[in-house]
Amino acid sequence: MRSLAKKQLEFGLRFLVLIAAFIPVRVFASDWGMGASNSRLSQPYVFAPVSTPAYAIDTLAWFVISICAGIALVVGSLIAYSIVRFRAREGDDGSEPPQVYGSNPMELAWTAVPVLIVFVLILTTARTIYTVQAATPPPGALKVRVIGHQWWWEVRYPGLGIVTANEIHVPVSDGDNPAPTFLELESADVAHSFWVPRLAGKTDLIPNRKNTMWIAPHQSGTYLGQCAEFCGTEHALMLLRVVVQSRADWERWVAMQQKPAEESLAASRGRRIFESTACVNCHMVRGTIANGHFGPDLTHLMSRETLAAGAAMNTPENLHIWIKDPDQIKPGVLMPAMNLSAADIDAITSYLESLR
Amino acid sequence: MATEIALGELQSTAPLPMLGRLHEWVITVDHKRLGLMYIGGGLLFFVIAGLQALTMRLQLAVPDNHVVSPQVFNRLMTMHGTAMVFLVGMPILTGFFNYLVPLMIGARDLAFPRLNSFGFWLWFFGALLLYFSYIGGDGLYGAGSAPDVGWFAYAPLTERAFSRGNSTDYWILSILLTSVGSTATAINIIATTFSLRCRGMTLGKMPVLVWLAVVVAFMMLLALPPLSAAQVMLLLDRYLGAHFFDTQAGGSAILWQHFFWIFGHPEVYILVIPVFAFASEIIPVFSRKVIFGYQVMVAASCAIAFISMGVWAHHMFAVGLTPAGNAFFATSTMLVAVPTGIKIFNWIGTMWGGKLRFRVPMLFSLGFLFQFLVAGLTGIMLGVAPFDWQLTDTYFVVAHFHYVLVGAIVFMIFAAIYYWFPKATGRMLNERLGQWHFWLFLVGFHLTFDPLHFAGLHGMPRRIYTYQPGRGLEGINLIASIGALVQALAVLIFVVNVGYSLAGGEEAGPDPWDAWTLEWSTTSPPPEYNYAKEPEVHSRRPLWDLKHPEDPDWLYE
Ligand code: HEC
Ligand SMILES: [Cu+2]
Repeated sequence: MRSLAKKQLEFGLRFLVLIAAFIPVRVFASDWGMGASNSRLSQPYVFAPVSTPAYAIDTLAWFVISICAGIALVVGSLIAYSIVRFRAREGDDGSEPPQVYGSNPMELAWTAVPVLIVFVLILTTARTIYTVQAATPPPGALKVRVIGHQWWWEVRYPGLGIVTANEIHVPVSDGDNPAPTFLELESADVAHSFWVPRLAGKTDLIPNRKNTMWIAPHQSGTYLGQCAEFCGTEHALMLLRVVVQSRADWERWVAMQQKPAEESLAASRGRRIFESTACVNCHMVRGTIANGHFGPDLTHLMSRETLAAGAAMNTPENLHIWIKDPDQIKPGVLMPAMNLSAADIDAITSYLESLR
Repeated sequence: MATEIALGELQSTAPLPMLGRLHEWVITVDHKRLGLMYIGGGLLFFVIAGLQALTMRLQLAVPDNHVVSPQVFNRLMTMHGTAMVFLVGMPILTGFFNYLVPLMIGARDLAFPRLNSFGFWLWFFGALLLYFSYIGGDGLYGAGSAPDVGWFAYAPLTERAFSRGNSTDYWILSILLTSVGSTATAINIIATTFSLRCRGMTLGKMPVLVWLAVVVAFMMLLALPPLSAAQVMLLLDRYLGAHFFDTQAGGSAILWQHFFWIFGHPEVYILVIPVFAFASEIIPVFSRKVIFGYQVMVAASCAIAFISMGVWAHHMFAVGLTPAGNAFFATSTMLVAVPTGIKIFNWIGTMWGGKLRFRVPMLFSLGFLFQFLVAGLTGIMLGVAPFDWQLTDTYFVVAHFHYVLVGAIVFMIFAAIYYWFPKATGRMLNERLGQWHFWLFLVGFHLTFDPLHFAGLHGMPRRIYTYQPGRGLEGINLIASIGALVQALAVLIFVVNVGYSLAGGEEAGPDPWDAWTLEWSTTSPPPEYNYAKEPEVHSRRPLWDLKHPEDPDWLYE
C-alpha cells in the first residue's frame, strides 16, 4: 500500500516536470518594443492615484481595507485560537466535551457589531459615490468622446475638430488651473470598458448608450490603461494611453492635430498606392480621398507612440510588418492582410511615415 | 439495526455482467445512485475544466506567451467558467442533496424518483452538449468552435453579428437543459422534506443540512427562470430576428446583464449555501459538539438567501447606474455580510470548548473557514461601489470569486467527499493520501489565488489571453501558474486515492466518524430502501440520544 502511493507520487512528479517544460514556450518571442516602453512609464497601479476621482477612491479603499484587515485579524485569530486550544489531546479519555446549544446574548453581540460596521461603511460609500458621480462639467471643461471598437479606441474632441485613436491627450489639472476632462463613452459594436487605474475607476462603453466619466490628473505623464470588459478575440490587446501634458504642451499638440495631413513629395508613390487600395475604405486621412470609418484615423499617425491600440511600438519596422500582415502583431485583428508586394508595402510605409 | 442488515443480505449478491450493471445504473430511480452519478459526472467535468484552467495558466505564466492562440484561449476561459458552474458545482451539490436528504430525514427516496432521474439525464445530455460544441460548433459558417463569449456572455457579443456559427447556440441549449434539470431537483427536494420526514422529525428537528437544502431549492426555483427566459430571448434574437439584445437594432445590452445577474448572484449562494450545510454537519462531529445556535444558523441562511435576491447589480457598478442605484446595491451587498458573519461566528462557537479531531474532512473544513473569511472580506471591498470601479473585471475579482468557489466551495466539497465516501461506498478514503491531497491543495490554492489579487490591483483585467512585459505582472503570474500545477498534482492524488480506496480501502462500517445524524444508523452503503423500518427521532441528533441515553438532546432543544 505504501509502495503504491509512492509510485503514484513519483508519477505525479514526472507529470509535473513534463508540464513545467512547457512554460517557456515563446515561439514568436517579440513584444514589438512594448516591454521597454512600458517599463519607462509608471505602472498602472490602483494605489498610485494622480487624479481627483482616483484619489477619492483611494481614500475610501484604504478605509475599507483597514476595517476588513481588522476583522480578518480578530476573526482569524479566534479560529486559530480554537484550533490550537481545543484540539483533542494525546491521552484524551474519549469522553464527549460539554454540549453547548447556543447563547442568545452572544448571537446578539455578533449581529449588532457587524451591523454597526456595515452602517459606517454604507455611509462612507454613499458619500464617495455621490462626490464622484454627481460632478458636473464646469463651463469650458474639455470634452472628449471615446468610442470603443473591436479592438481599438476612437478618440474625438468635438469642440476642437480632432480625431485620433488609442492615445488621449489631456491637459494637467492643478490647483491654480483646475481643468477636468469629461469623457463621453460610447461603443460602435460590443461592450468595452475604459480603465486607466491611476486616473479613475472604470466605466463601460456600451452600444446604444452614452456613459460619462471624468478625470482631473494632477501630474503630467503617460498613464497606461486598457479595455476591461471582454469584447472578443483581441480584448487583451485593446490597450490605452492617456498622455497628460502641461497646458502649453497640450495646446501645441492640439494645434498640430488640427492641421491637415502634410503633403510630402517623397511619399507620393506610396500615397498613390494607399489611395488605390482598400485602405481608404477603412481609414481616414483628412484632406485626401481616404475617408473610411471602420479603422483608426491615420491623419497624424506619426504623432502616436504605439500602433494598433498599444499592440506594438510605432516604428517603421513594426509598421511594415503591420501592413504586410496585421495578424502577426495582433492575431484575429479586423484589418485584413492585403497581399501587397514588398515594394508597395515599403512605399505605403514611407507615406504613412510622412503623416506627422 | 439488526433487522436491516439481515434484510440487506437477502438481496441477490450474484454479480451481474458488466452490461447488466451499466443498464441498472441507467434505468435507476434510486436517489443514492442518481446522487452518485451527479457527483461522479461533476467530478469528471471538474477534471476536464480544471485541465482547461491549467492550460490557461500555462499561457499566462510568462508575458507574450504562445502556448495557445487568442481564439483558443477565449474558448478555454468560456468553457472553464460555464463548466465549473453548471457542470461541476451544480451537479456535485445537487448530487449530495439527492443522496443525503432522504437518508437524513429517514425517508426511502425522494418524493418523485422518476422526476429525479429525468432531471439527471437532462443535466447529463445538456452537459455533453456543451462539450460537443468543440465538434459541432462550426455550423455552416466554419466560424468558431466552442463558445468563446465568456461565461456570462454579455450582449451583444452573442448576437449573430459577432458570434457566427453555432457555438453560442450550444452554450444556450446546454444551459437551458441543465437548468431545467436543476429545477426538477429543486421541486423534488422541497416536496420530499415537506412530506416524507420520518416520525418525530418536525421541521425544527431537521439537520441543518436539510434545512439549507430547502433554502437552496427555493432559491433555484426563483433564480433559474430569469436565466432560462434570457436564453430563450437570445435564441429568438439569433434565429427569429427578435431584437431584445441586438443593439444594432435598438435592443439593450444592459437588459441581458440584468437578466443574467438576477440569476447569477443568487447562483453564487446556490453554490455556497450547500457547502455551509456540509460545514454545519462536519464541524460539529469533528469538534465533538452540537452545532452552536441551530435556529440562528438556519435563520441566517434564510436571510442570506433573501438578501442575495436583491444584490445583482453589484456586478454592474461600472455600466453607468445612477448614484442612487449604485448606493442601493452597495447597501444590499454589504448587508449580506451580517448573516454571513453570524454563520462564521457560530462555527467558531461550535468548535469552542470542543475536542477537535483533525481528520481530513475537518482539515478541509478549517481551510474553508479561513478562506471563506477572506473571500467575504474581499467581497465587502467589492461591494464598496467606488472601490469596485477600480476592481471590477480585474484579476482581483477573479481571485475573490476563486476564493469563494475553490477556497470555500471546492474545499468543502472535498471535505464532504472524505466525510460521506465511507457511507456511500462502505470504504474509508485513505487518510495519508488525503493529508497529502489537503496540504498540497492548500499550498497550490494560496500560491495561485493570493497573488492574483495583486495582479488586479496592478491593472490586469480578467479574460486577457496575454499581457505585456514591463507592467509589473510577470512575477505574480508565474507564481500563480506554479500554484496551478501544485493544485493539479493535489487533485491527481485525490483521484488516485478514490481509485485506490474503492478497490482496497479500509472497511468503514455504518458509523466510522461516531456521528449523530440518521444516515449513520443504516449500513454503508445503505440498502436500496435506506431503512427497513421507518426510524423515529426525538431530537436533531438521534444517534447522540442513542449513544447517550443518560443525557439526550431533546432535554435541551
Ligand atoms: C477592413 C478594413 C481595413 C482595411 C482594408 C485596412 N485597415 Fe488598417 N486598420 C483597420 C482596423 C480595424 C484597425 C485597428 C486594428 C486594431 O487596433 O485592432 C486598423 C489599424 C491600422 C493601423 C494602425 C493605426 C493606429 O492608430 O494604431 C494602420 C497604420 C493601418 N491600419 C494601415 C492600413 C493600411 C496601410 C491599409 C491598406 C494596406 C489598411 N490599414 C487597410 C481596418 C482596416
Ligand atoms: Cu474592449
